[in-house]
Amino acid sequence: MSSAALFGYCGAALVGVGLFGLVTHPEVLRKILAFNLLGSGVFLLFGVIARRGAAAGLAADPVPQALVITGIVVAFSATAMAVALLVRLNQATGQVAMSTDDPPLGQ
Amino acid sequence: MTIYFGFDAGLAALLLAMATCSIVARASFAAIVLFMIYGLLLAIVWVRLSAVDVALTETAIGGGVTGVLLLGAAARLRKSNPPAGEIDLSLRIWAGLLCLLTAAGLAIVVFFLPDEAPTLAPQVQENLAENGLGNPVAAVLFVYRALDTLLEKVVLLLALVGVWSLAKDQAWGGVPGLQVYEQPSRILVFLAQLLPPIGLVVGIYMCWAGANYPGGAFQGGSILAAMWLLVMMARLRPAPAIAAPWVRLLLVVGPAAFLAIGFLGFVAADSFLAYPEGYAKPLIIVVEVALTLSIGVTLALLVAGAPERMPQQ
Repeated sequence: MSSAALFGYCGAALVGVGLFGLVTHPEVLRKILAFNLLGSGVFLLFGVIARRGAAAGLAADPVPQALVITGIVVAFSATAMAVALLVRLNQATGQVAMSTDDPPLGQ
Repeated sequence: MTIYFGFDAGLAALLLAMATCSIVARASFAAIVLFMIYGLLLAIVWVRLSAVDVALTETAIGGGVTGVLLLGAAARLRKSNPPAGEIDLSLRIWAGLLCLLTAAGLAIVVFFLPDEAPTLAPQVQENLAENGLGNPVAAVLFVYRALDTLLEKVVLLLALVGVWSLAKDQAWGGVPGLQVYEQPSRILVFLAQLLPPIGLVVGIYMCWAGANYPGGAFQGGSILAAMWLLVMMARLRPAPAIAAPWVRLLLVVGPAAFLAIGFLGFVAADSFLAYPEGYAKPLIIVVEVALTLSIGVTLALLVAGAPERMPQQ
């Protein structure tokens, strides 16, 4: 097994771990963190594809690398937006979790 | 089986352990710190995959700025009660099985990747000399896929508009309520005085070197943002009011310069975002410098959050 394949399996496992945290954590902040883990697993799969595409004297295909850099930036923007929404939710209702048992906002 | 493979296997195991611990940790604070360590380990993985540009971005964002953002949120939410009920065990087991299935599916895809890996590296390398850049990743970001990069900067600005729009009416145009620590410790103040000069030099160097070596506007800008956040968190300088004209100007100068040079392409070259022959590199450097400033200010303000109070007169 090559190192690239090893990191590929690692990326697949990270997606699973992140997804588990996203589904099972009631706290929104932990869900955001888990979603970032999931995303980094996907990025790692991109990195493996890039490494396998080494050609023409380059150690890795630069196109997937550029896509990942753009992806990291967009993921950060979404995270900042989600955190701001969470802080506002907390100011408005005192909640830190999403639960179907809670009364709707304003009651 | 070489010593390198052993190192990689250990690194992958450590990475997975950190990720798992950060999911199962009880306290949010511990989970976030584990996530930051995870980000730094992931950057080493990117180096091992020969993607140094991505490694720099991951260190600055994954390990750094995202961590500070989450820590700030955890500090603000600390006073609230944690949710009472846990999700019951059977549901967790089912969720675990489904996640295992997802991971297994992806692992099978990795196993059956075609032996002849598709690649665009030869095309990138072929045209690299034409635009005078030495870093193929920068060439993809600023020449072949410039539209993606332009839109990515717009996404950053849109996210900031979204964050700001969550402000209460009376705080609009005011100062963000960045608060990670109640009272900054003396160590934090000392580091906030010591590190910014070094960080500024590194950030500017990274922007300058990005055309030919790993680095670039985004990596440089994130370091500048980190330095500014450090100074704000240590309360050496207050956060700016978001209505201040200089803040607004710095936010748009990067995307505006990029867009202007893009439209120049209609006149001087043959299409939008095309660079006139022989001027590709100087124009890209101009765009990168403007973008570095904008990215630094945007990232720092995204972490600082929605405005919460009016500036003191």
